[in-house]
Amino acid sequence: MLHEWLYLGIFLTVALAIPAAALIIAGILAPKKPNPIKNSTYECGMETVGVSWVQFKVQYYIYGLVFLVFDVEAVLLYPWAVAYNKVPLYGVLEAVLFVLILASGLIYVWRKGALEWV
Amino acid sequence: MNFLYDPIPFIINWLNSLMLSWGWPVDVVQVVMFVLGALLICVGAMLFTTLLIWAERKIGGRFQDRLGPNRVGPWGIFQTIADMLKIFTKEYITPAGVDKIPFNLAPVLAVAAVLSIWAVIPFSETFSGVNINIALLYIIAIGGLGEMAIILAGFGSNNKYALLGAFRAVAQLISYEVPMVIVLLIPVMFTGSMGLNDIVQAQKIPFIVLAPVACLIFFISSIAENGRAPFDLIEADSELVAGFNIEYSGLKFGMFFVADFLHAFTSAIIFTTIFLGGWQGPGVATHPILGGFYLLAKTLIVYFAMLAIRFTLPRFRIDQMMALNWKILTPLSLVTLLVTAVVDKSIPRELMAVRIGALLVANILIWLVADRLFTVYSRRHTRLVVSGPRPLARPDLKSSKEERASL
Repeated sequence: MLHEWLYLGIFLTVALAIPAAALIIAGILAPKKPNPIKNSTYECGMETVGVSWVQFKVQYYIYGLVFLVFDVEAVLLYPWAVAYNKVPLYGVLEAVLFVLILASGLIYVWRKGALEWV
Repeated sequence: MNFLYDPIPFIINWLNSLMLSWGWPVDVVQVVMFVLGALLICVGAMLFTTLLIWAERKIGGRFQDRLGPNRVGPWGIFQTIADMLKIFTKEYITPAGVDKIPFNLAPVLAVAAVLSIWAVIPFSETFSGVNINIALLYIIAIGGLGEMAIILAGFGSNNKYALLGAFRAVAQLISYEVPMVIVLLIPVMFTGSMGLNDIVQAQKIPFIVLAPVACLIFFISSIAENGRAPFDLIEADSELVAGFNIEYSGLKFGMFFVADFLHAFTSAIIFTTIFLGGWQGPGVATHPILGGFYLLAKTLIVYFAMLAIRFTLPRFRIDQMMALNWKILTPLSLVTLLVTAVVDKSIPRELMAVRIGALLVANILIWLVADRLFTVYSRRHTRLVVSGPRPLARPDLKSSKEERASL
């Protein structure tokens, strides 16, 4: 059991190291001739105006909130799904109730118009 | 004889005993084997990607009535190698004012997020990376790392287009994760485990038969997670120049490219493993090596279907795409989950045929009802069509045929 996690840790390290190594090798091989025009921000040839870190519309963050609700729901449902063969029908109906409460949240968000990308 | 039927554990055992005979401690041998295995899978996947890029360009060319790459080597098969050589020696352009750490971390993270998924995929009965008991959650979590790479790239680039593109990309990716995660509960319910090996072993009948609607939802959302057409709003060449990777050049861009192609194949493998029975097939019990071939064959079929969709369908608009996810796929996946849970529970496991039939009928009913509701909804929300004369590019010129003839 512990060995499996060790393997996973080694795998993650290797998976990070291989692209990093490739980038470093290419960085050594590649020519380096920067100049101010080349290094300017690419916006279709226009001069950039103002800072780049602009504000974004607030509806965007509502998607983030709805996503969070559903992801937490899924995390709570996965243990139930693993135990699905062992729980009685009553347990399944309880999960149905749980999902329906969250579905009503989705309907509320929908009715409020938060799911419109404007 | 055993070697031919099942070579990989044979090689692993041989290497193990070789290193033990050199007098290395057991733990060291274990760690060395792990590093070797991880290196083999990672490098193998990266090299396989070069073949995938060639195959995709060639098939795409055929789909769109072009030749595709055909100059370097027979059928252009060395085209990707040539591209790799070129991109390796290309200059990194680091624009002024970038946030260095996110800018350089993003391409590494993008590839690592996809490569890490390969750690848990079972290639055959006796050869799988690692059979952890939360493999599905691991895959979903690692998928989240890819979104992290995109937002880092967009934020670090010091470019408005890149930032807006990254915002949109992340909105798309997190949205399509919702139906995917919900639908993945269904195989877990059938299996009683989140380990991919257990899921494959439970599929004497592939789960595509037991849960076709879930299978379809997973397929659609995994295409969207790849950012492939018709969901390639992530790239958005026409509106945001290229989205989040606009400021990248050289191999840093190449890393995003590799991650994209490898992700498509990886999600085909995951789809095969979860819904098409992975390495299951006739004769795997005695010849485990056949499992690898079955997995590859099924994966290539799924991959080809993805390519066919990519090269034939036009792109959605971003609001259409978000509506498809939140107003169709998410409710549909919730309903599928609930119906499958109740139907499967109310029929005892012993009545296999009845269970399969009931699940199939339930799925078909869900599909018909969803189709009907969708038709009604889309009739009620028709697109606004502007009536009146069509706008002209040059109103000063005569437009209609007769007027042109009179000139």
